[in-house]
This record gives sequence, structure tokens and C-alpha cells, in this order.
Amino acid sequence: MADSAPATADKLPKDLAAEKGMVNVQIDDTWVQVPVGTRMIEACRMAGKEIPHYCYHTKLSSPGNCRMCLVQMGMPPRPAPGQAPTYEENGYQEIGWMPRPVIACASTVAENMGIRTGGDLVEKCRNGVMEFLLINHPLDCPICDQAGECSLQEFSVEHGRGCSRFEEMKVKKPKNVDIGPRIRLDDERCIMCSRCIRFMDEVADDPALGFIDRGTHTTLTVHPGHRLDSNYSLNTADICPVGALTSTDFRFQMRVWFLKETKSIDVNCGTGCNTVIWTRGNDIFRITPRENNEVNSCWMPDSHRLNFRYLHTETRLTDPVVKSRGRHEVADWFEAITRVSEGLKDYHGDEVAFIGSGRMTNEELFLLKHLADTLETDLLTLVPRFAQSDGKLIAADRNPNTTGAKLIWASNDPYAKLKAIRKGVAGRRIKALVVFYEDLLAEADFKASDLENLDLLVSNHILTNDTASVSHVVLPGAGFAEKRGSMVNITGRLQRLNQAILPPEGAMDDWEILRDLIRALAPNEPERNLVEDVFGEIADEVEEFEELTLSKIGDLGVHVTDTDESIPLLETERVRIAAGEIVG
Amino acid sequence: MDAVFIIVSALKVFGFTFLVILPLVAYSTYAERRVCAIIQDRVGPNRVGLPATLLGFKKDLKFFGLVQPLADGLKGLFKEDLTPAHVRKAFYWMAPAFTAAPAFITLCVIPFGSAVTLFGHEIQMVIADIGVGPLFIFAIASLSVYGITLAGWASNSKYPFLGGVRSCAQMISYEISLGLSLIPILLFFGKLNLTDIVTHQATNGWLLLPLWNENGTVIHEGYWQSSGYQWLLLLPMGISFFVFTTSIFAETNRMPFDLPECETELVGGYHTEYSSMKFALFFMGEYAAMIVGSALIVTIFFGGWSLGFGLDTALLQTGDGDWKWYAGFIHLGAFLGKTIAFILFFIWVRWTVPRFRYDQLMKLGWVVFFELALFNIFLAALIIAAPHIGILNTLLFGFPSLTIIAALMFFITKANEEKRRIKIT
Amino acid sequence: MAIVKVKRPKLSWHEHLYLPAILKGLGITLKHAIAALRGKAPGAEELASSGLGVTMQYPEQKWDARLPEYYRGVPALVTDEQGRERCVSCQLCEFICPPKAITILPGELQSDNPWSKVEKAPREFEINMIRCIYCGMCEEVCPEQAIFLRQDYAMTGGTRDEMVNTKGRLYKIGGMREGLVNKWNKLK
Repeated sequence: MADSAPATADKLPKDLAAEKGMVNVQIDDTWVQVPVGTRMIEACRMAGKEIPHYCYHTKLSSPGNCRMCLVQMGMPPRPAPGQAPTYEENGYQEIGWMPRPVIACASTVAENMGIRTGGDLVEKCRNGVMEFLLINHPLDCPICDQAGECSLQEFSVEHGRGCSRFEEMKVKKPKNVDIGPRIRLDDERCIMCSRCIRFMDEVADDPALGFIDRGTHTTLTVHPGHRLDSNYSLNTADICPVGALTSTDFRFQMRVWFLKETKSIDVNCGTGCNTVIWTRGNDIFRITPRENNEVNSCWMPDSHRLNFRYLHTETRLTDPVVKSRGRHEVADWFEAITRVSEGLKDYHGDEVAFIGSGRMTNEELFLLKHLADTLETDLLTLVPRFAQSDGKLIAADRNPNTTGAKLIWASNDPYAKLKAIRKGVAGRRIKALVVFYEDLLAEADFKASDLENLDLLVSNHILTNDTASVSHVVLPGAGFAEKRGSMVNITGRLQRLNQAILPPEGAMDDWEILRDLIRALAPNEPERNLVEDVFGEIADEVEEFEELTLSKIGDLGVHVTDTDESIPLLETERVRIAAGEIVG
Repeated sequence: MDAVFIIVSALKVFGFTFLVILPLVAYSTYAERRVCAIIQDRVGPNRVGLPATLLGFKKDLKFFGLVQPLADGLKGLFKEDLTPAHVRKAFYWMAPAFTAAPAFITLCVIPFGSAVTLFGHEIQMVIADIGVGPLFIFAIASLSVYGITLAGWASNSKYPFLGGVRSCAQMISYEISLGLSLIPILLFFGKLNLTDIVTHQATNGWLLLPLWNENGTVIHEGYWQSSGYQWLLLLPMGISFFVFTTSIFAETNRMPFDLPECETELVGGYHTEYSSMKFALFFMGEYAAMIVGSALIVTIFFGGWSLGFGLDTALLQTGDGDWKWYAGFIHLGAFLGKTIAFILFFIWVRWTVPRFRYDQLMKLGWVVFFELALFNIFLAALIIAAPHIGILNTLLFGFPSLTIIAALMFFITKANEEKRRIKIT
Repeated sequence: MAIVKVKRPKLSWHEHLYLPAILKGLGITLKHAIAALRGKAPGAEELASSGLGVTMQYPEQKWDARLPEYYRGVPALVTDEQGRERCVSCQLCEFICPPKAITILPGELQSDNPWSKVEKAPREFEINMIRCIYCGMCEEVCPEQAIFLRQDYAMTGGTRDEMVNTKGRLYKIGGMREGLVNKWNKLK
């Protein structure tokens, strides 16, 4: 980075940089090369200097209205007409520093530019901006949910005064305003960065928010007759640098400093948004999106991030259940597995069928296939789950791992056999049926009377449902936050689920259930102690997974196969980056 | 051996052990805690009394906490008796008994009083009036080391083992000076029967307090009367008393010689792995040994059960030299009084003197007391023999040879010490 | 660090005997014993001795009147002059508590509450007195001056549950405290 060596005899640093489409910028006395057109704030970030900011967001346009990112800028003095520019020993021109600061978020760099991210002028500016921002801020951090992840707190520690000089009455603004079903607004805390307004306008395509009044009385509000009810509204709470917009769902539930973060992915649709699961003890408190520019940018639909409470509900299955003499009775795992394996032993080929789910991880799908192979049947299917795409992040395929099933089962249509199985069950050709994750009655058009006629119905569920109540053996499984594994999203990106909490005591990780079933039916199977072992087998068998391991997938995932699907929100974003509207 | 003798002996065993010594053991522990508290400006156990309120009375009876030993005993009995898995079970179980039993057995030769006459029978206030009293005591008391060593070894754990080894070495070392220090006294009395020794002191003055005499014959030839330097004997007797008492401290593992149970180095010493009543047995054994030690010191040096100052003859004897029928009881009281005074002295020393280092302990035993006791024998012998061999012989041959012996011992010790010092540096 | 060699002091012959030192020691302990028995042990007066040694006999005699202002006893919650609970369940005390004795379940004030402006109050607030180490960090960290360590020290209970101070009990112990924070006063 630092170009300390003197310029080569024939070429100046600016020419060397220009060849690569770069410019030379001096940031805090160090020369670095950055691409042409980079914003100053990004150039500083590349040089390892963080510049405090509120309104600037890489995925949004830059109005430059918070003034927190002020830095000092300098350029070489413009030569008089006819005068040739003079170069110093190191090949750079002398920088003439400007007496006034500029905002780093909306200015782009130029050749031989100088940026000072510190120093008297910059520090004084920041102190002043902080003081103004805090004049009307209520300082109710003990109550505010943002406390602990609030930029205002962080920067007032670094650049603030520590005590207020403001003696007048603070401006009173509406508090606890109900502007939408999932968002609560506190106007007193708002610092008018307008991030939320820009997000709703530019990304969510539902410009419901705006400012009214002027000066110190500027107030954020919804347009008359509108509500902030977009399915992306909770992202405004994420990007709000203060506690003005907070999630109604997470409101006053837990202070963020108690929460443990686990990086995982969303399992509600084929997009597989990258998420962070926030837990304390064995409870999930919230799920927030995690930046991944290949999947979900910085955003996530509300409906998906709020869909986790079912893991903590009363209807959760906590112990294996075996039906004997028409009644379900709690059993231990050994008993349940033995019952299933004893039952399945007698059926072969067309008599036994397996129904998996597109919500299973690659490892579970692989073991399910293995189990079907052990019993020499090819009646193996998933249950399709298609709906309308919302044109942003929610994919039409609501199964998160259809692509994975296609790769691992080596089939172009993993749903193909469902019809045949349904017919086989109705026609009593199929005697035994093993179902993983799916409520056949509610989602796959099976008839309860048909299922009751089966000799053996084994099902694996998280919650009780109608299929479970007609099953002979019910095996309680683990939810998405309770297991480790991998999935492939609609664009062919292999991503990893991580375990954030433990399943209930009597429940078991699904891949372990499958492993035990396979062991019980075929004692010569190799030992699989870790989910990594299963992934290793997949890597050996499936071409696309070659040389991968669970840890090699990384937090951001790996592209393993090409599909003709794309994520609409990313397409829009690419257009805006190309147009220079956002940094991206 | 008639039936009466057997019954009386059994009664004496029961009476002295369970009615005299065991309560004394219990209350020495109480006294230990109270005295140490008082020395340290505290209060000590003063609360445990009878819970009279449970029976409907208005107030509980406190009795200055005198019921404390009872409560401690109950606690010992009811606490969980924990036997660690790694111990040698048989020896582990035997060890506490081996420690407690010898202390109680030695009691049988201690004269608790003169004699009482009941129903026409004169009953000696001693369980076994045998002619080898002190020897018997040494023989039995030295067995108690087995208990401690066994406890240390059977616990199968390093700290108890170290404690056991220490105790073993310590007891063996101090038994030598203990025995040697008693020889001058035996030379003086010329007999080993403790009852006779006490009777002798009752009439002729206590060994360390020869302020009175009856008919002027202390030694057969009339030693006290005939010459004016009987007081010279006080020197060897004093040395004997000092060495004997200190050795008893060491033998009973009392502070400042309680290295086998040195908490700072050995956790709890040989009884680290013991709990509940087994631990209490060690405790009892230790206190019983202390009581026996006190009794022995009193018996030998302070006239045992005698009241002293000629009072025995004046008050408790009938005209023909027999004891009045109740004399035994009064003597028992006197004996217990003196013993308790000595127990208090033991306690007092414990809370005054800090613990020795182990090498200091060994040096004191082998280099100081052994030589001192040996020298003391020669000294006592010379003084006792002086009248027989004549003053001239004593001055010409006796004292020079004594000086030579003393000088020799001193230089041998010194030379040893020099050598050792060189070796260390 | 320099090494300082300390020479053993040369003992004179009577010091070598140790006996005078031991006798002196016996004298000192005896002096103490006598003074203690007479109720004249050093410091007996200012420590309010019961008459034997310097010890105070606890349940009969108590030190309460002499407890210093800064004594740290049972922690409790207080209300302000208007009877509003001061705690806004910011959970800083729960965070700072070294033995993790505090458990708070935050709750939201309903809009019909006169103090709904404050928005937040603890739904449940428990201090486990078996865990509490009386360090006073909760009092120090509280931004609302809602939790104070009181002078009470005698906490007893027959079961573990009894030793857990619930919100109701904490307010009963703490009572009302005047002054200090009035940030939430409606008039301000």
C-alpha cells in the first residue's frame, strides 16, 4: 500500500496508478492507491481508518446530512497558466490543505488528494456535531433498546464532551409512536440521518416515511394515510443508528449485551438470507440479517426473521413417541429406533416409501437417500412448496434446499415421486412410510384414512400435527437454530447453518436419528460421529462438493453450481451500483 | 484370687476409666477451648446447654457451655463415617483403637489415692499395684505409636503418611530421654512400685518439694539428717523433671511438638483421612495420653495423691499408721486436683509456644535431652553415692570424672554439629 | 531486585537456652488470660465486649447503632417521592453483578399508566441472596438510583426459595427514597 520507494526514473506515481485505474491518495500522511471514483470514506476504510458516520450506508444513497464524517481535504495547488507542476522527491505534488472540512461520505477521491481523519480541525468539527446531535437527545439509554449497539453512544464516548452545556428546555417530540405493525418510533431519539426514509424509498419500494417541520422541530413520521407495514420494515430498525426505530417484537425483551451471536442462514425460502441468531441461554431473542452481497445484501424480510418462536412453543415434541394398542406412549430413543428398524425390515422395494423435506440439510438428505438405498426402494421424494416471489428477497421456491436435494440425490426433479407415493398409499401397495419434517395431511394432500391404513408410519417433526397423531412412531427432531449443517440456495450457493441453541432434552438432531436408523438396519455401516463425517461422504460422492468441508464453506458460503435463478433485489442493486448511486 | 478381688478390680477399671478419665478427657477438650479463648481475649464455647425451652421452661439452661463436650461427642457419633476407597480397610479401622487403647491401659498402674476401707475391705485406689509401674507405662505407651503410624500408612495418602512417619521418629527419639530422665528418680527411690513411691513422698516430702519429713529417714542411712547437702539432689531431680515433662509433651504430640498433625505442612497429619467417631478416637487418645502424662508427672514429682506438708499423717491416719476409711477419697481429690493443674499447664503451654521445626525437634531430642539425661544420671549417682564413698573421694575422683564425661559429650556433639554445617554449605 | 543477605542474629547463651523466652511468653499469655477474665482485655471497651475478652455476644448485643454510613447490607429497590418504581430494568446491575445474583425480566408500562412516559419497568426482579456477595456494584452502576444496599444484614430463610428476594419483597425492604433522580418527573 504505502509507496515509500522513490518513483521509478521514467514514471511518476500518478501514471503508475492511472495504468491500473487507480489514484494516489494520502491518508493521514500515508500514500495509498485506491480505484478511481471511490468515496473518501471508503478510501479511508481501505487504509484502515474508520470515519464516524450516521447517515452514510453503503447500500443507500448519500445525502450527507449528518455531518459526522467531516474530514480535512487537501489538493495540490493549481499551477498558474504556463507553469508546470512541481514534484517532490517521492514523485508526489505538495498538498495544499483546505481550511474547511468536507464530508467524506459523498466526496470522491482524486489524484494526489490528501485526507486527514484526525487533527485539531477534524476533532473540533466532530465534537461540535456530536454536541448538536445530543442537544435534543433524551439520554434515556437505560430504557432504550438500542443501548449497547448505538452509534450515538459509541461516538459520544469517542468524540463527545461528557457533559452537556445546554441549559434550555429540550424539544419535546412524540414518543412511542405506532407507525407500523412491527416498528415503534421514538422521535426524540431520532437524529435525522434519514437512513430509514431512503431505505423504504430505494430498497423496499414503499416510500412510507418522511420528515415534517423544520429546524430543531424536524420530525420523522409516516405519510398521512400510510403505515410502515412493508414486509421489509424491520430493516429500518437494523439500520437506525440510534433507538428511534425499534422492533416491536424485540422491544424490551433483552439487553443486547447479554445476547450471543451465532451466524446462520434463513430457512424460510430458497434465497437463504444470511442471518445472525441472537440467543441468551437456550432462548432465541431475535434474528437479524447479515451482510452477504451474493445473497441478501444487508436485508431480510420481516416474515422470515420473525419466524422462530415456534421453536419455543408448547406444542414442541420433546420425546420419542411410540403407538401401542392405539395409544401414543413416550418411549426412549433405543426403543423407538428399534421399533422402526424392526418394522421396516420386513418391507422391501415398492412396499416402503420415504418422504423427505426441502427444509432438510444436505447431510440429512444424503442420509435419507442412504436409508432408502438400504431398503432397496426408489420411492423417495420431497414435498414441493411453491408460491409467488415478492420480487426482492423471497424466492418462489419456499423450500430452502431444493438445489441441494437435486445435487445430492442426482435428480433434476426431487418432487417427482410424490404422486406415485400418494397413489401407492391410497392403493395400499405401500405398506410402510417414513416421513421427515412434512405434515402430509396439511401440505401434501394425503388423506388421513389412507395413512391410517399403513402398516407402519414413522414421522419426524418438531411440533405436533395431524400427521404425527396418525403415526406409529414419532421421532422429535431439531429446529433450524438447533443444528449444524449445510444447504444450497436457489442460485447454487452452498451455505452453512450453525447451532445457536440446544434442542429440547428428549429430541435429537435429525441427522443423528437417520444415522441411528441406518445403523439399526445395516450394522456394517461406517461409524459417523460428527456431522462433518457425513459431509465428508457427500464430498466424496457428489462432484460439486468435492474437496469441501463444513468449515471450508465459511460464513459467506461457496458457489457450487450454476442455476438459472437469480435474486431480484441483487439485480436492482447492481444496476444502482453501476449508476454510481450507491457504493454497494 | 478370690471373687471379691475380681469384682473390686472390675469396678475399679470401670470407675477409673469411665467415671474419672473419660469425663476428664471430655472436659479437657472443653478446657482447651475455653482456656485458649481466654488467653486470646475471646469467650470460647459458652452456649451449649440444656434446651429446657423444649420441655416447656422459660429459658434454656446454659451452664457456661459445659454441655459442649456432650454435643461434640454426639456430633462425632452421628456424623457420616466416611471411609475413603483407597485406604487399607483393616488397618484403617484398627488404627484409632490402637491409639486410644494404650492411653487407657497405662492408667491401671497409676495410684489414684491411698486406700479406702469399705465393708471391712481395704481397697487400694490403684487398679494394678505392680512392682514395675513406670516400666509398664513406657512399654504400653510406646504402643500408641503403632496406631498413629498405622493410621498414616493405611490412609494410603501422602500427608497422613508423612504425619505417621514423623510421629514414629519423634516418639522413638523422645522415649530415650523419657526413660533416661527417670533413672535418677529410680536411683533415689530404689523401687519401681508407684504406690510405694507416692507413699514415700507423702511421708518424706514431695520429690521437688522436700519441705517436710516425718522421721528423718529418706534414704535408709538417714541421708537427709546426717549431712547438710541433701538439697544438692534437687539439681538432678529438677533436670529430670524438666526433661521428663518436655518429653511427655513430645510423646503426647502436644504443642509445641505436634508435628505429626502440623496443619501448615500436612493438612491434618495422620488423621487427614479420618472422620466422625474414628477421628474422635484419635482425639480422645491424645487427650487421654496427656492426662496420663500429667498423672505420671504428678505421681513421680509432686507426691501423687498425697496432700503434702505432713497433712496426710496428721489428718488422715489413725494412730497405728493405717489410713482412715475415707482417706482414699480425699487423696483421689488431691490427685485429680494436681493432675488438672498440670493439664491446664499443658494447655497454657500449647497456646503460648509456637510449633518447632522438625529438625529442631530432632536436635532437641537427640543432641540436648539425650545428653542432658545421661549426664543427669551420673550426677545423681554421684550425689547419692557421695556419703558411701566419702567426701574426699567424691571431690578427688567423682567430680573430675563427671566433668570429663560432660566435656566429652559436649565436644562430641559440637564436633558433629561442625561437620554437619560444613556438609550443608 | 537485589538480593539482601540477612545474617542470623548471634544469640547469647541465655537466649540460646530459649527457656527465658518461653517463660516470658507464658507470662504474656497469663497476663492476657487474667485481663480477659477481669473484663479488661485491650480493646474490650471500644469493641463493646460482653465482659469476657473482647467478644460481643451477638444475638443479645448488636452493633447496629455503630454501623458506618457506608455499610453494605441487603440490596433493595426503592421508589421515588411519587411512589413510582425507579427501576427501568436497564439490566446493568444484572450485567455487572459478579456472582450473577440478579435476574430481571423487563416489562413495558401500559399506556394507561401515569408513568407510561417512562415506558419500561421490571416485570420480575429477583436477587438471590444465597449468591449475593454484597459488593455494591449494582448500586454503583444503577443509572436511575433505584437499587441501594441497606444496613440490614440478617437475612435468613428455611429454604432456597425464601432466600430469593422477589420484586415485591425488594420494594418492601427498600421503601421510598427522596431526592436525586427526578429526570422522569412529569413537570420537568
